[in-house]
Amino acid sequence: MISPHDKSAAVADTLTGGPRRRRVRNGASRGVPLPLLVPALAGLAFLLLPLIALLVRAPWSSLPEQLTSAEVWQALRLSLVCATAATALSLVVGVPLAWLLARTDFPGRGLVRALVTLPLVLPPVVGGVALLLALGRNGVVGQWLDSWFGITLPFTTAGVIVAETFVAMPFLVISVEGTLRAADPRYEEAATTLGASRFTAFRRITLPLIMPGIAAGSVLAWARALGEFGATITFAGNFPGRTQTMPLAVYLALQNDPAAAIALSLVLLAVSIAVLAGLRDRWMTAS
Amino acid sequence: MTRSARRTHRTLRLTGAGVVALLALSACSSSDSASGADSAGSGSSASASSPKLSGTVTVFAAASLKESFTTLGKEFEKKHPGTKVTFNFAGSDALAASITGGAPADVFAAASPKTMAIVTDAENAAGAPATFVRNQLEIATLPGNPHQVSSLKDVTKPGLKVVLCDKEVPCGAAAQKALDASRLKLTPVSYEQDVKAALTKVELKEADAAVVYQTDVQAAGDKVEGVEFPESADAVNDYPIVQLKDAPNAGAAKAFIALVQSPEGQQVLTEAGFLKP
Repeated sequence: MISPHDKSAAVADTLTGGPRRRRVRNGASRGVPLPLLVPALAGLAFLLLPLIALLVRAPWSSLPEQLTSAEVWQALRLSLVCATAATALSLVVGVPLAWLLARTDFPGRGLVRALVTLPLVLPPVVGGVALLLALGRNGVVGQWLDSWFGITLPFTTAGVIVAETFVAMPFLVISVEGTLRAADPRYEEAATTLGASRFTAFRRITLPLIMPGIAAGSVLAWARALGEFGATITFAGNFPGRTQTMPLAVYLALQNDPAAAIALSLVLLAVSIAVLAGLRDRWMTAS
Repeated sequence: MTRSARRTHRTLRLTGAGVVALLALSACSSSDSASGADSAGSGSSASASSPKLSGTVTVFAAASLKESFTTLGKEFEKKHPGTKVTFNFAGSDALAASITGGAPADVFAAASPKTMAIVTDAENAAGAPATFVRNQLEIATLPGNPHQVSSLKDVTKPGLKVVLCDKEVPCGAAAQKALDASRLKLTPVSYEQDVKAALTKVELKEADAAVVYQTDVQAAGDKVEGVEFPESADAVNDYPIVQLKDAPNAGAAKAFIALVQSPEGQQVLTEAGFLKP
């Protein structure tokens, strides 16, 4: 019998490509059938080739001066700050939303769940247009934000965070909801029968139980936010230091200075690899 | 631990082999497609000698040409039944980058000689580009001009949300030239990737003003209000057009350029607000 903790870890592992620890090893020695091996290697090479090309074509000699320019650091800092803020925002509202979807029963829950996942499949530019119509200065809600509080989101760093949250939060919600469904609700029920309120049970029992899922979802959301382009340029525009994140800088640099675009891409690649490597270690020791 | 390390090592070696294989494969296919394009090119140039045109002609054109070229495309299809004109409207610099990057296109119409030079310098053009229209800048403001913008200087007023095209895009370069010529400094809220993106921000009332082309203001109808400014005379853009060297449908490309330069084509363009070359 698999304990609920193992199950939740397994969900997190599926999302992150894990684990090695319980795999049965005896199959590997028997050799891999060719019809599987060849397409598998082709697929692997296909995924790796663009990254290798990036490294091969990198302007290594001029790289130091490319990367020490103020614009690069400005864009990188903005990207990191915005992606982190978007992830934090997603956590604050996304985890409760995932709990609502997994643990309560209300009419139309399936529809709500489908709507939550919509930004996953929606082209980001469409998301940006929708955000403009909703939260823009003249938008459905945005006009009230403007006239009551003087808040306008387009063309601001806050706008970047909003755009990234819109695109990235579904990743977190789906990941956490999956973990919650896999987690055994009887622990929470036991806690409530022992006198804990439902919120205390969530805080003390559920939250620690689904931590791996939350971590996996956060990384997915963070990575998605870091790479967000379409919704950002549509909703928040493009101004260096304020709304020009790394992907925007890469895109615009590619038009006139491909070497700079490659250098910027390398930075993003390095950041992504660093995060993946760093978090992988933590998960392996945590579980 | 050592066992898994050895396994990783072997996996890496296998991966290496796979990468080499795929590299070889892509090398083959790229030479294949190149020869394929060549043969297609020679085939269509043969058909060019005969008056009957067919197939698709792909036109990469500056975003500001959207309305007038769409009209001309329909006329072209009417004149040459069996042909189809497909357009890619975007910032001229982005189009130039995709053409030098190998995007298959027959005709390139840019909004500035500088962006055209990217294509001609990379020797992707067949022959010399010809200027077919010119375009002048204009300020697009909200309907009714609530901020009372009447000059380029008014646009630099603090508190006004102004969008410009990115400096690499012809409309942005021209706007910068006009600002520099009149010694004005303007900090926009955004540098947009093409002129239509800049115009859209005003149409949606997210920005108070944008520096765009006269043709864009005219095309937007009553969604924006145009304000002409004398400094725009210092920054008039020439629009060059050229047939591309690797044009898959060279015959139709020639015919389309001829239509753009014909009196009929020029009429469509001047009606849209373009200036004669």
